[in-house]
Amino acid sequence: MRLHAPTRRELLLGSGALFAWAHVPKLARAEGRDPRLLVIVLRGALDGLAAVAPVGDPDWNRLRGDKALALDGTPAALPLDGFFALNPAMPNLHRLYNAGAATIVHAAATPYRERSHFDGQDVLESGLPKPGAVTTGWLNRALAALEPEGRANARGRHGFAVGPVTPLVVRGPAPVLSWTPPRLPPASDDTIMRLLDLYRHTDPALARVLEERLGLAAIARAGGMDAMPANGQRPGAPATPAAGAAQVRAFFAEAAGAAAKFLARPDGPRIGALAFDGWDTHANEGELNGRLAVLLGALDGAVAAIETNMGAAWRETVVAIVTEFGRTARLNGTEGTDHGTATVAFLAGGALKGGRVVSDWPGLKDASLHEGRDLKATADLRAVFKGLLKDHLRAGEKALAGAVFPDSATVKPMAGLVG
Amino acid sequence: MALERTVAAAIALHRFGMGPRAGSIAAVASDPRGALLADLERPGAGRIIAAGLMSSGEAARAVFAFREEQRRAAAASPRPRNNVDPNMQPAEPAAATPRVQMPGLPQQIYLDEARARLGAALDAEIGFAERLVWFWSNHFCVSADKGQVRPLAGAYEREAIRDHLTGRFGDMLVAVETHPAMLLYLDNANSIGPNSVAGRNRGRGLNENLAREILELHTLGVRTVYSQADVTSFANVITGWTVILPRQDAMRAGEFTFNERMHQPGDQTLIGKTYPDDGYRQGHAVLTMLARHPATARHVARKLARHFVAADPPLSLVERLSKRFLDTDGDLKELAKALVTAPEPWAAPRGKLKRPGEWIVGALRAAGIKEPDVRPVMQAQNMLGEPLWRPPAPNGFADDDTTWLDGLAQRLDVANQLARRLGGAVDPKAVFEDTIAPIASADTRQTIARAESRPQALALLLMSPEFLRR
Repeated sequence: MRLHAPTRRELLLGSGALFAWAHVPKLARAEGRDPRLLVIVLRGALDGLAAVAPVGDPDWNRLRGDKALALDGTPAALPLDGFFALNPAMPNLHRLYNAGAATIVHAAATPYRERSHFDGQDVLESGLPKPGAVTTGWLNRALAALEPEGRANARGRHGFAVGPVTPLVVRGPAPVLSWTPPRLPPASDDTIMRLLDLYRHTDPALARVLEERLGLAAIARAGGMDAMPANGQRPGAPATPAAGAAQVRAFFAEAAGAAAKFLARPDGPRIGALAFDGWDTHANEGELNGRLAVLLGALDGAVAAIETNMGAAWRETVVAIVTEFGRTARLNGTEGTDHGTATVAFLAGGALKGGRVVSDWPGLKDASLHEGRDLKATADLRAVFKGLLKDHLRAGEKALAGAVFPDSATVKPMAGLVG
Repeated sequence: MALERTVAAAIALHRFGMGPRAGSIAAVASDPRGALLADLERPGAGRIIAAGLMSSGEAARAVFAFREEQRRAAAASPRPRNNVDPNMQPAEPAAATPRVQMPGLPQQIYLDEARARLGAALDAEIGFAERLVWFWSNHFCVSADKGQVRPLAGAYEREAIRDHLTGRFGDMLVAVETHPAMLLYLDNANSIGPNSVAGRNRGRGLNENLAREILELHTLGVRTVYSQADVTSFANVITGWTVILPRQDAMRAGEFTFNERMHQPGDQTLIGKTYPDDGYRQGHAVLTMLARHPATARHVARKLARHFVAADPPLSLVERLSKRFLDTDGDLKELAKALVTAPEPWAAPRGKLKRPGEWIVGALRAAGIKEPDVRPVMQAQNMLGEPLWRPPAPNGFADDDTTWLDGLAQRLDVANQLARRLGGAVDPKAVFEDTIAPIASADTRQTIARAESRPQALALLLMSPEFLRR
């Protein structure tokens, strides 16, 4: 077929954007500080147990068997505090942790207890206690709390967010800047595999064409048996081929690095948000050398890019990396995990009082699991956000319990995260 | 009819329309066929009401003036070429000189027309009339890749196709074959009867291109009742059907004329019948004969059924449409009505891949986008192999699945980008209910519900078999 093709790139340009709000929190400024906050949403539900494993829990190996991260595994998990260990794909975060510039909050969740991605992301980003029609995010509404005169757009400075879609967390009445990254996220293997799975079940002709066009057969041959499911098995995500992994790493680093450059500027934004997709690891999770390892490695690279590009502002920075919910404690029948409840949140940045895993560990015994299947939530993510907004940005506690996180008076800000 | 109403409504909108928008399945569910028929009965069905669009004559004259102005400007400031001064540093190549490139007037007109056409497709309640416009426009295609045709392509569609959408095939045929865009595209504007005054003076002659394509593509169909001798006769008949040049008549430049001096004198015999030399009327009489020919009825019926129903349409439907065409003397409204009142289109499997333009418009409608920037939409259409008014050949864009399956991976790119651009603002659950819920498989429903993000859900929806096919 003859294509009158403008390049693929031409078409794709203009669809990405970076969004943020750029206004200096007033009270913090009065203290002579110029704090930055960047929120990264991992869409798809990160398996917190595969990212930060409770290697000291006696039930851990029973739950995950030979897929359980271990300090003496291959590759070996990175030790944190004796009880927890970090996924080996994240050496940068490990370095920051040891330097006191990273904190891990474990067994954390929003108040949402169902298992729909969309609703879960809405609750995470809206700051509301339950899903529903939402158009604004807590980060945007927090701006009002930071600017008592209500001048959220003082001297024409805005906030921002990175990602082709403005994350809900930063949408709202306060003006948001946008930026188009020169590189766009690669068409995700996960989307392709879901589509291929659908076609195989409903439309073999489409399946055949997609397989041919995407050269998946070749990838399967090159990538070994992990890359394609055995006959008749519902495919999940294949092992990400090396080229795809490099693309993911490049995109994460570029998007996060660009956000940091904006946040670092003296006249730049101070609060931003971005989102990374692809964490919905139902099959062939690949926590040590597959898909999840690639994603965690790319995230680790993104944190490093932020640190680098922040320069001197890194010491006044907090990056909060959160996801809508966790995944099942046990692996499912396809070496993946299904939608769960509590998970991990990563905090990184020079402003943190870090080097700690903050967790009221619920345990992994069958009776301790939420509904007998998920890690139980013992920390409310809203407490983490409130703690950062209060102590890092000096937002008022009353506003935090009202407009920013409605109906959350009983959720106290987590103290001592920064300082 | 045993079809559940919402299923029939979804078929009406996907198969015959431009695709559902929010609320349209519910709006037509009480009587999906009636809604399609009513779409044809609207006053001005198929026409575009858009201010500022030029007629083809106006567009042609504006472009003549634009070119003249360009020539004058170029003559006034001659660009030094290869004019190397040995005492100077090597000059920058001329191409590197920054020049602000505004789209030229032909391109500007083309974009304005494209915007109006896209607007009509997005604004339509149902879009059956628009789909018929697209069908006939492709049946009688011209190509904007030919320079002179580019500024006329949009006006051609409005004047030759839209104005006759619910009229007679014979009238549409005459409007098409006498339109400057077609005469330029298929070279008849320069076809000269060898024995005409101009032919004898200039020693130039016949161009059979348009005559052949009228017989082969527009009316009778290939390998039917005509021979090479008929093609040549017909080419002689329509010599003199040309376009007025500015030097001939500045006020009417760019419009159709019958130029007696180019016309081959004498009677001509076509498919067993002799047509006396009656100037322009000789060709008009041949077109009238062709428009009423049973082979034309069959050819048109088959193409229509093929486009709307299946690559290999039910024979019963082709025969039904063909008969209706002949019984009504090619009444195109009656033909379209026969298509939607026939049982076959409602019973046929929804297996036909939507063409790229149709799929893109369907996606924009599904996402609730009212006024997109036309250029990225056109670029997407280019990428998927169906650039607007630029078919690869006079037989138009293909109407089979094989051709369009090739672009499936590119569709995924487009779906992905559209979804990423909109994903946060569009609720895929609502779009699902509004567009494919009545016809969706459990697998599709589950795949969309389980997506890891809204943009992913929307991309999967747009790429689902139920949304890709009709």
